[in-house]
Amino acid sequence: MPWLPHTERDRREMLEALGVDSVDELFAEIPEKLRESARPDLPPPLTEMELLDHAGALAAQNRTLDELTCFAGGGIYDHFIPAIVHSVTSRPEFVTPYTPYQAEASQGTLQAMFEYQTMICELTAMPIANASLYDGATALGEAVLLAANSTRRSRALVSAALSPAARRATRTYCEATGLEVVEIPWDDESGQTDLGELAKMLDDEVACVALQQPNYFGVLEEVAEAGEQAHEAGALFVAMVEPISLALLTPPGEYGADLVVGEGQPLGLLPGYGGPLLGIFACRDEFLRRMPGRVVGRTVDAAGEEAYCLTLQTREQHIRRGRATSNICTNEGLCALAAAVYMAALGPEGLREVALLGAERAHDLREKLVAAGLEPRFAGPYVNEFVLRVAGDAEALVRELAGAGYLVGPTLARDYEELDDCLLLAATERRTVEEIDGLVAAMRS
Amino acid sequence: MADPTLFDISQRGKRCTRMPAPEKGAEELIPAQHLRAQAPGLPEVSEPEIARHYATLAAQNFNVDGHFYPLGSCTMKYNPKVNEALAADPGWARLHPATPEEHVQGALRLMHQLEAWLCAILGMDAVSLQPPAGAAGEFTSLRVFRAWHDSQGNTQRTRVIVPDTAHGTNPASVARCGWTVTVLESGDDGRVSPEALADALDDDVAALMLTNPNTLGLFEAQVLQIAEMVHDAGALMYCDGANMNALLGHGRPGEMGFDAVQVNLHKTFSTPHGGGGPGSGPIGVTAELEPFLPVPRLVEQDGRLAWDWDRPESIGKVQSWFGNFLVAVRAWAYIRACGADGLAQVARDAVLAANYIRASLEDVYDLPYPGACMHECVLSARTIAEETGVRAADIAKRLLDHGIHPPTMYFPLIVDEALMIEPAETETKAALDRFIEVMREIAREAAADPEILHDAPHSTPVRRVDEVKAARNPILRWQGR
Amino acid sequence: MEFPEDRRYTETHEWAKVEDDLVRVGITSFAAEQLGDVIYLDLPEAGTSVRQGEPFGEIESVKAVSDLISPVSGEVREVNEPLMDDLDTVSEDPWEAGWMIVVAPDDPSQLEALMDAASYAEHCEEEA
Repeated sequence: MPWLPHTERDRREMLEALGVDSVDELFAEIPEKLRESARPDLPPPLTEMELLDHAGALAAQNRTLDELTCFAGGGIYDHFIPAIVHSVTSRPEFVTPYTPYQAEASQGTLQAMFEYQTMICELTAMPIANASLYDGATALGEAVLLAANSTRRSRALVSAALSPAARRATRTYCEATGLEVVEIPWDDESGQTDLGELAKMLDDEVACVALQQPNYFGVLEEVAEAGEQAHEAGALFVAMVEPISLALLTPPGEYGADLVVGEGQPLGLLPGYGGPLLGIFACRDEFLRRMPGRVVGRTVDAAGEEAYCLTLQTREQHIRRGRATSNICTNEGLCALAAAVYMAALGPEGLREVALLGAERAHDLREKLVAAGLEPRFAGPYVNEFVLRVAGDAEALVRELAGAGYLVGPTLARDYEELDDCLLLAATERRTVEEIDGLVAAMRS
Repeated sequence: MADPTLFDISQRGKRCTRMPAPEKGAEELIPAQHLRAQAPGLPEVSEPEIARHYATLAAQNFNVDGHFYPLGSCTMKYNPKVNEALAADPGWARLHPATPEEHVQGALRLMHQLEAWLCAILGMDAVSLQPPAGAAGEFTSLRVFRAWHDSQGNTQRTRVIVPDTAHGTNPASVARCGWTVTVLESGDDGRVSPEALADALDDDVAALMLTNPNTLGLFEAQVLQIAEMVHDAGALMYCDGANMNALLGHGRPGEMGFDAVQVNLHKTFSTPHGGGGPGSGPIGVTAELEPFLPVPRLVEQDGRLAWDWDRPESIGKVQSWFGNFLVAVRAWAYIRACGADGLAQVARDAVLAANYIRASLEDVYDLPYPGACMHECVLSARTIAEETGVRAADIAKRLLDHGIHPPTMYFPLIVDEALMIEPAETETKAALDRFIEVMREIAREAAADPEILHDAPHSTPVRRVDEVKAARNPILRWQGR
Repeated sequence: MEFPEDRRYTETHEWAKVEDDLVRVGITSFAAEQLGDVIYLDLPEAGTSVRQGEPFGEIESVKAVSDLISPVSGEVREVNEPLMDDLDTVSEDPWEAGWMIVVAPDDPSQLEALMDAASYAEHCEEEA
């Protein structure tokens, strides 16, 4: 155990100072029968060298995105990550501290989070952003709960074309508190949320309407109209966004969103088999004191100089306990830092290029698939992801293509029975024309 | 004073990362009505400026590599470097969660092993790695309790008993489940009193949430009796496992009668806190509660691992995919490197260090609950405050001048002027001795020169920060040059 | 501890002062001291109904957040709007300029159930 620095002599000296003969005496309060059976059955310890070899052998059973050419999407995308991101986020000064409660000892983390919050505000055109939530799915759950508490209404309308994982998490979050989550159907041709149906579903018990832009099918929604409908009914409008696309798309602050959430993984986070991720959360000023999660504020120190600290902590559990606005405590600070470094590295122009290249590649892919006789499922406008209908079993095709070195999907059958012959395809700036041609050729056969 | 932000140093046209030039314009690909008129106002900076900026910020952070960090209830142990190396390995880090299972058998095996090891350590029957943090683990467990109670027709059970020493997340998680909290006053010995519990138990109680050892660093020695009482009353037992570092190899929540427990991989199992996450809060439950765990569940068939979504009684999802996998990789590596004896030694050294500090300081600071502690000790500056006007916060800030991160202050709430000290097992005896000497010196300073404490810290990048101003007039984003 | 004799007190540290047909409400100096620096105050709008023993607003300091409990049932007639932007006054002058609302009581006799200055002083001694 290289991480235990005590010598036996150190331990003996400490015991002597305590006036205790053995460490066992310090555990005497634990009933003996509990202690006797407490030793877990674990494999024998490994040295660092053995551990690395062992883990390496296990990792070799995985096929990574270096081995599979990634056209998969569904919320996790294979973007290029500049080296500066890992260089910053692997610094122990950022990796090893706790949440920055002691402001004087944490100005680095605090300022970095303040800058992150500003970047999210800029990206979304919203006035306030927090310092992160767990992921996009739980961020939606938090937003819906906030909407219900704020409007004192009991029903949330969530588009069925919004991420299935986010809908599941939202139901898990909301239904225990008696809040009903009802799904708005989508239009079979365009793949957009059916706003005609939405109009029929709105009444004075609806707390919020939630849409994703682009939606889970990759299709761009008529968000402005949905927002207007929600507001007319006295409901809040929640927009779930994809951050890279916001370099091109109208930001939610300009189409009437009251609450904005999103999955931040595309902003410089490794796919990591789905975690850790980054929950983006932004809102209008009005919800300042109801916002879940940490937020950093700028203030001054005793000498009157600029300084940063965590603020509005009275919303949090250590003060408000059962009446806290959320139970979230530890969030995804280091992931937010990665996103901030990524956004700084790309800048507005670089981010636009990343978004545009992805859109260009996806459109190229779709056109070539159509030319090869394959059929996109929806006609609505899209950015860098779309649904393809395939002949036969979509799941089997995904496995077959993985065998040929291409990762596509996810498939849609689990969450949409009527789309059991469909799968998602996405492209990022990393995909080359050769790779696109290769996938099309593989799919044709 | 604060350094310029990236927004302050931004200059139009500067670039760090360049991309190949796109061939098409946005308007050729996306309908004009969806396009933004103005680019987002992100900083425009070069790579050397970014590197320098974050190097400057990094130097302003106290951190576990650089500083003793005895923050109570947070288990700020050393974060092994090999874990970081493993988590950055593309073999784990560059896996897409939609990859067909046959191509991620290594990742699934790692998760399956970690589940089994946590079961063994916690004495539980099943583990879910999905909750992304400790509070998420609490919520998930309570949500599972609620689903179980519903399945038993116990819909009248809406109250959860929470001791007054509990972490604030406990009552907040209860509220998230649509239940109400009954606060249980601690007994004179700082532990749950079975008599008080008996009074609080009724047929509308859904569960007791118990932190063991509790936040006073005391083992709830009556836990077996408490569990029996709670179960006899038809309620369930929840263990907040945030303080599991004290119990490794010395006590298993499952055998104490708990029905569910969360562990914080970022506390007990050495994964770093990241300045506020990512963490990971797996939960362990009894076999009876297993059907209610989040989807999907990892199952093994003929030696192959797969995700099972067909779980009709599941509470649903609490994270987008399978939890914070790269945090799990680090914890897996830690357990594999320690083994059972190593983990037991971790608990022994952690408990020894906390008691050494307690015994070395109890003559100058109040010890509201006398006797041995487990992994942390809670001292009080009450007498010092009465005699000198120096408060716990002043002592905490003065520690910064000595390069030591303060203990947790003003918690648990039932101790006045609380200083909650958790040294963890990875500090040398020399570091513990230095901390003790500094704490004694500060106590002397309080009597001789209280002003120096009221004005502390003196040597940090900023002086004491005005949190009142920050909260009265919140400035939450950069507002222009 | 001594407190003004011209008003009644709640266990939750609000004071109520009868002014003709109306009741002026604020928090006591004891409460203000316990709270420390106030950072946010949420008061109802004039015209709102309040009930004895139930929250009419919320007060936050850096370390605590508390409900403001109405000492009497009735309708809010006046609100100390400027106080919400001058939070130091809550602790500097809780008895006069730091008042919060004026209520037209449904039943002025409700105040008889509250404590007088002497009993309130005892109550504070116990809490301290």
